[in-house]
Amino acid sequence: MDAFLLQILNGLDKGSAYALIALGLTLIFGTLGVVNFAHGALFMIGAFCAVTLERLLTLSFETIDPTKTDFLGNPLKVKTPYVESWFGPETGAAIIDWSVPLALIFAIPVMLAIGYAMERGLIKHFYKRPHADQILVTFGLAIVLQEVVKYFFGANPIQTPPPEALRGSVDLGQMIGFQANAIIYPIWRLIYFFFAVAVIGGVFAFLQFTTFGMVVRAGMADRETVGLLGINIDRRFTIMFGIAAAVAGLAGVMYGPLNPPNYHMGMDFLVLSFVVVVVGGMGSLPGAVLAGFLLGILESFASTTWATTTLPGINQIIIYLVAIIILLTRPRGLMGRKGVMED
Amino acid sequence: MTKTTVTRRGVLRTGAAAGAGLALPTIFTASSASAYMNEPTGATVTLGFNVPQSGPYADEGADELRAYQLAVEHLNGEGDGGMLNTFSSKALQGNGILDKKVQFVTGDTQTKSDAARASAKSMIEKDGAIMITGGSSSGVAVAVQGLCQEAGVIFMAGLTHSNDTTGKDKKANGFRHFFNAYMSGAALAPVLAAQYGKDRKAYHLTADYTWGWTQEESIKAATEALGWETVNTVKTPLAATDFSSYIAPVLNSGADVLILNHYGGNMVNSLTNAVQFGLRDKMVNGKRFEIVVPLYSRLMAKGAGENVKGILGSTNWHWSLQDEASKTFVKSFGTKYGFPPSQAAHTCYCQTLLYADAVQRAGSFNPCAVEEALTGGDSSLPGISSEANKGFLFDGLGNGQTLYRGADHQCFKDVLVVRGKENPTSEFDLLEVVQVTPAAQVWYEPDHPMFAGGSLGECNPGA
Repeated sequence: MDAFLLQILNGLDKGSAYALIALGLTLIFGTLGVVNFAHGALFMIGAFCAVTLERLLTLSFETIDPTKTDFLGNPLKVKTPYVESWFGPETGAAIIDWSVPLALIFAIPVMLAIGYAMERGLIKHFYKRPHADQILVTFGLAIVLQEVVKYFFGANPIQTPPPEALRGSVDLGQMIGFQANAIIYPIWRLIYFFFAVAVIGGVFAFLQFTTFGMVVRAGMADRETVGLLGINIDRRFTIMFGIAAAVAGLAGVMYGPLNPPNYHMGMDFLVLSFVVVVVGGMGSLPGAVLAGFLLGILESFASTTWATTTLPGINQIIIYLVAIIILLTRPRGLMGRKGVMED
Repeated sequence: MTKTTVTRRGVLRTGAAAGAGLALPTIFTASSASAYMNEPTGATVTLGFNVPQSGPYADEGADELRAYQLAVEHLNGEGDGGMLNTFSSKALQGNGILDKKVQFVTGDTQTKSDAARASAKSMIEKDGAIMITGGSSSGVAVAVQGLCQEAGVIFMAGLTHSNDTTGKDKKANGFRHFFNAYMSGAALAPVLAAQYGKDRKAYHLTADYTWGWTQEESIKAATEALGWETVNTVKTPLAATDFSSYIAPVLNSGADVLILNHYGGNMVNSLTNAVQFGLRDKMVNGKRFEIVVPLYSRLMAKGAGENVKGILGSTNWHWSLQDEASKTFVKSFGTKYGFPPSQAAHTCYCQTLLYADAVQRAGSFNPCAVEEALTGGDSSLPGISSEANKGFLFDGLGNGQTLYRGADHQCFKDVLVVRGKENPTSEFDLLEVVQVTPAAQVWYEPDHPMFAGGSLGECNPGA
């Protein structure tokens, strides 16, 4: 039972990342009709926003400590971060310690700007082109973006640890009446799940309860009519692209402490997120979220020892297997609408 | 008047005869001009450095390339000479190899077997490389070694730790200086038993490819021989990025040790996840839970950050070693690049010097002569009585006395057991040496079951 609950938690956690990325993807598809293969790269850039902020906060000046030597026997250069000299060692260290949560604030404008530039600079030229062209150009863009990141940050993963206070794990089992040590779960993973729920809720509320959101939804249903009513729907869709980029970016920032970011983490998620979108139904926001969590949980259970010993290799194919079954039985995905990607 | 009849068969026959006649001289000239593949005829000789320049191991590849460039400088008499000054063989004089200036070409393995073979092939066929070296994966090493054997050039393996490279996939044209999974297990197990006790239950997570399998098999056998029980072994996909689903079952499995047979990004993530799940603070069976990483790399340890603290593993070489050769190499590399070399850089540098030295002593670039010089000797490691204990014995390259064994082209030397440092003094100071396990303790016979199944075959000089 406890092992079962643990895998559910793991699944929700994996599902959070899938759902956040898939949400952005399907948002872009639903509004602009573009299949954006660069969306994984946006997730990766988000994670590197945290890395960048951490580097900025630890920018240091060097002083020579003649009492110590470096590995070559020369006097040791001691680095002191500027923030520590400005705000005092303790406050400075605390600011650096909280760099990942701070990066959320840093990442929002950066990601909005990147999303806006991407849409206006490149993707808008491909609206009227076939989906194959869109996939090729955005996939190319993804490769360019990841090579740029690799150029500046190297190929090795880079640690972005959570704040000291949020490291380690909590005994969830004891809280809900199990014996001690039965269900131990990392704090940051719980935070990640609640963060994902909050962001998803925020996006839905924005679309559901604001006039802007209403217009966007109307545009998704019938772009031409909304345009004929004299509303500049293109501008609103561009803003939605920026929001989708920001969602992917924030998902990336928060993901860093779970697994150290590297330049190809976006590609690792990209294909899975597409499967999530397709399973959920192209263009359906609730479908993407549902499918994200569903596939996350399935993947988690398929990785258990019991599953891998019964059906070796099941952990590597489960998602695709389920995708095939769902597409055979429900060709439009779980919550897909009629008429999307159909002529 | 004579009538000439032109028949189809006649034309074919004449054509074939003429073709064979034209081709004949070139066949003879080819074989008489060069006795072996890519024989260097000018004033230079070209080496091919095949390292991951893109893909997940690009940083390790970049460090290998730095070491190769340094080695080439030293061979050509530039720089401070590095470990040429400490190497026990004094054949090399800093005037290239056999008076030919050393130049090099590079290839990108991308850590993919097919890409690595293609780049090696191109360096051999287009650039005339006489020797191929480098790499950061056993899958790649085995693939490129096979290609070099067929092409008739020497392969000096880079970082490859699978038993198979000099086990079932060994080749006469291939040579490995790096240690292997069996040696890691043999060196590590006694330290584990001494530190954590003999009554332990281990759970293995293993990367699902050649290196992972042999690593698991080796450490499992070595720890079980000391009384440990293996609770479970789980294979994880090489492409896995999040290991939470694999770590969670460990919590309630009854195991009190987690052994991560992972390398590179796999190791960084699985270790980070394991620490997140509180495994290091856990008490099981009345003992503190422990994590072990059998193969450590400083470059990778950096990616895992604070999580490596206190965790035991093994490594081929570490820059903090205090022997003359290691100090000389660190100084030479550190002065040129500003940071200490990795174990990958060290093994690649050594391989280049060892190849050059073998050619110099053999007086020829012919792969068969090189093989004879590199491993064909009769010298042996002291303190080991075995018929297989013969080959080329050398010293002064940072690992103490080392034997390049003739039977399988594997180097035998001391193995370092290391631990993630609790209080690092710099960003490079991540590992501390716990024990130097003597070569005799990691020795095995060439027909050991973990290495059985293949044969070196005959050296292939190509042409």
